[in-house]
Amino acid sequence: MLYRETGQFKTSYSADMAVMPILQDRVGIAVILFIAAVIIPYFGSGFLIQAVMIPFLIFSLAAIGLNLLTGYTGLLSLGTGAFMGVGAYACYKLTTWFPGVNILIWVIASGFFSAAVGVLFGIPSLRIKGFYLAVATLAAQFFLSWCFIRLPWFYNYNASGAIEVPTRTLAGIPITGATATDTTRYYVVLAIVVAMTWLASNLVHGRIGRMWMAVRDMDLAAELIGIRLLPTKLLAFAVSSFYCGVAGALLVFLWYGGAEPSVFDVNLSFFILFMVIIGGLGSLTGSFFGAALIFILPIVLRYIPPKFGMPIQASMVEHIQFMVIGALIIVFLIVEPNGLARLWQIGKQKLRVWPFPY
Amino acid sequence: MDTLYKIFIDPFMQMGAAPDLLVQTLWEGLVAGVLYALIALGFVLIFKASGIFNFAQGIMVVFAALTLVGLYEHGVPAYVALGLTIAVMFGLAVAVERLMLRPLVNQPDIILFMATFGLTYFLIGFGELVFGGEPKIMIAEQLGLPRGAIDIKMAGGFVALQKIDIAAAIIASIMVTALALFFQKTRIGRALRAVADSHKAALSVGISLEQIWVIVWFAAGLVALTTGIMWGARSQVSFALEIIALKALPVLILGGFTSIPGAIIGGVIIGVGEKLGEFYWGPLLGSGIESWLAYVIALIFLLFRPQGLFGERLIERI
Amino acid sequence: MRAMDARQTTAAGEALLSVENVSLSFGGVRAISDVSFDIRKGEIRAIIGPNGAGKTSMLNVINGFYSPQRGRITFKGKTRSKMRPHEAAEGGIARTFQNVALFRGMTALDNIMTGRTLKMRRGFGWQLLRYGPAMAEEVEHRRKVEEIIDFLKIQEIRRIPVGRLAYGLQKRVELGRALAMEPDLLLLDEPMAGMNLEEKEDMSRYVLDVNDHFGTTIALIEHDMGVVMDLSDRVVVLDHGIKIADGTPSEVKNNQGVIDAYLGVAH
Repeated sequence: MLYRETGQFKTSYSADMAVMPILQDRVGIAVILFIAAVIIPYFGSGFLIQAVMIPFLIFSLAAIGLNLLTGYTGLLSLGTGAFMGVGAYACYKLTTWFPGVNILIWVIASGFFSAAVGVLFGIPSLRIKGFYLAVATLAAQFFLSWCFIRLPWFYNYNASGAIEVPTRTLAGIPITGATATDTTRYYVVLAIVVAMTWLASNLVHGRIGRMWMAVRDMDLAAELIGIRLLPTKLLAFAVSSFYCGVAGALLVFLWYGGAEPSVFDVNLSFFILFMVIIGGLGSLTGSFFGAALIFILPIVLRYIPPKFGMPIQASMVEHIQFMVIGALIIVFLIVEPNGLARLWQIGKQKLRVWPFPY
Repeated sequence: MDTLYKIFIDPFMQMGAAPDLLVQTLWEGLVAGVLYALIALGFVLIFKASGIFNFAQGIMVVFAALTLVGLYEHGVPAYVALGLTIAVMFGLAVAVERLMLRPLVNQPDIILFMATFGLTYFLIGFGELVFGGEPKIMIAEQLGLPRGAIDIKMAGGFVALQKIDIAAAIIASIMVTALALFFQKTRIGRALRAVADSHKAALSVGISLEQIWVIVWFAAGLVALTTGIMWGARSQVSFALEIIALKALPVLILGGFTSIPGAIIGGVIIGVGEKLGEFYWGPLLGSGIESWLAYVIALIFLLFRPQGLFGERLIERI
Repeated sequence: MRAMDARQTTAAGEALLSVENVSLSFGGVRAISDVSFDIRKGEIRAIIGPNGAGKTSMLNVINGFYSPQRGRITFKGKTRSKMRPHEAAEGGIARTFQNVALFRGMTALDNIMTGRTLKMRRGFGWQLLRYGPAMAEEVEHRRKVEEIIDFLKIQEIRRIPVGRLAYGLQKRVELGRALAMEPDLLLLDEPMAGMNLEEKEDMSRYVLDVNDHFGTTIALIEHDMGVVMDLSDRVVVLDHGIKIADGTPSEVKNNQGVIDAYLGVAH
């Protein structure tokens, strides 16, 4: 009853092809944005913002990046962590060399570096398909991880091997480094993630999204339509890595405040991949759902049981977390291979006819 | 110019200057290769019989080894522990078939592949929970595996061949031959190949998919156990082994996903290539290049032969 | 002899595409042996033959999916030893498949829209923005696609993911996608396969209409003799990769070699 479309007539093709043709969806998004921009910063605790919201947004962005490549274009990638790392380190080097330039410019620029690396490791995708391509991305992952650890140039020859984020400002307000407040950083991350999600949405709803999905579904038929495979795949690598690179830069500069090279290892790649699988391959909203579940679950596991009087040791939490994530993946694949996004869609379908059963 | 010399000439000169070191390195590469091949073998078994790439093979190796050592540490005699571990691996195969394979029976391969990710993470968590995360020592001696080394004098120096390595090579060869014969000659082996080709067709001739899968995952479990014992005897049993299992991927790329002899050949190429690369070219680039060298070797091969050395070239019929 | 520009229009009745001495093998298997024929502009050309005759392989060669070991293909005046799929597409060849090669993850509408890909020019930057020139282009092509949807009477199933459609409807959507490319040459691989009488009549009418209305040259593989006789202007018959007849339907129908081939008489 709430979600009925009756009465919403589309009188032009452009209205029909709008990204959110249903009024209730548009209202819903507006509400979510309002909550994100106003309610949470005002009412939310520092903990909520620093430990939950900021990383959730950043991981969602990385998940969107991987989803564009794996979910929309069908190119399985296990190198997400490395591409995020490229973005983080690029940003670090750029701001070290040009400290006067606004850090946000460098965050976006580092995306381009990531994109370039992504394209480089995507070139094999012309000849190598499917699962073998995943191994090529693993090569990228291990090689770049090794670079971050072994080549001191990356961390400015710092003795500890880690990088520390210097203070940078935007319009006089510090947004990175020790003096930046949670709220400031939250707003910056929110703005960037919202903007980039909007751009990704535009892409996937238009010609380019269709080309990617065609390559995913049947590349032979796609060629027949006139789609050139290599440029299309490389574009997917480029855009995907751009998003991951920016996410990596945000991760280090606007969340952690520093990084050890081990942050961008193969486990991070799997982490993001699980978000995409559980959230739903080929769905932008799914990326957010998946990030929420995979990221928030360990937090829940860590803090809820003590409230019920069942203390769990810290080390055990990690083990249980792994078990739960592993089991969840299998359960999801059995119950709904298209992930949370599909469950959400089914839910909306039911809302359309509620309270009637069909 | 100097760099070119360092990359293309110097390592070979070093090889020539100390041939005993070269033989030692080659031997170590061979042994490592045999062990990689064992891991790859587990993948090949499952892939050959079900078309699934079992990402969890690596963790099964660790899990099997941990179970064995764990039981022994609780006072169970070595051979009894071995028997019990075999039973546990059988139980695991049954559980996987019931809870994971059966519900997903008609799904595309990529879904099953992702399910094995889930299985991996589950087993990692479970293993750490039950056995603890610290490295353990494999009960090699108690199982009757030899210790010590044989020293061979050659080319002006010594080459030390660890007896355990020789044992590993021999055991691996026996295992490979046995499995190859099993697949080719026995009725069950034929059934396994039929299932790998087409589930529906196999069902229609009366092959029980569930039984086949249990058999195959159990066989992979046995291979995992053997691998775990051998790897563990040479170094330690820890979860780091799981990452080493990822090394099997380049091996599979070279050797093909369905070829048992290919797994050995691929393993040896990767093992030897890695050791040589690490020993002679490693100092140029910094240590630890073995973390990615195997992948790059495999990648280069893939560019020339996208189906791997032994893989079947897929002729897509439209 | 003046070099011919590929974009030069071919007069009706002249050969739009011709294959000369094409031979194709897979490993040791000879799929096509030394086959030559042409397809004239504006005609409906049937390619028939018993199973395994090499018909689909022939289409695949024309399309560029397979490269013949020998022979040449001349399309719109330009001769090549092999075609590449996107060259074929850019040159104006569209195709449907025996086993319906639709994009399963997309709706019927989106599938047909992909057929417009070559005609859509707005670059990456505009796509990022969407509102503005990219949207205007989408609307323009949506109009065209809606014409095709009206023509094929598939309005109700626009928004349904194609994987869920009945086989007959899937084939219609696939035809729609091919038509969206506004091809000069349309290759149909068993468009009537698996259809009942009513569906066949519908599809036949569509094929004829496409040929009449849009002037599209059509080459089709078909097993139903009735359809072949009714629809086609000329027929070429293949058997075991060799051409055994080439002419009008009535000529071919009475050709002894063709009858023998279908009846399986050894020759």
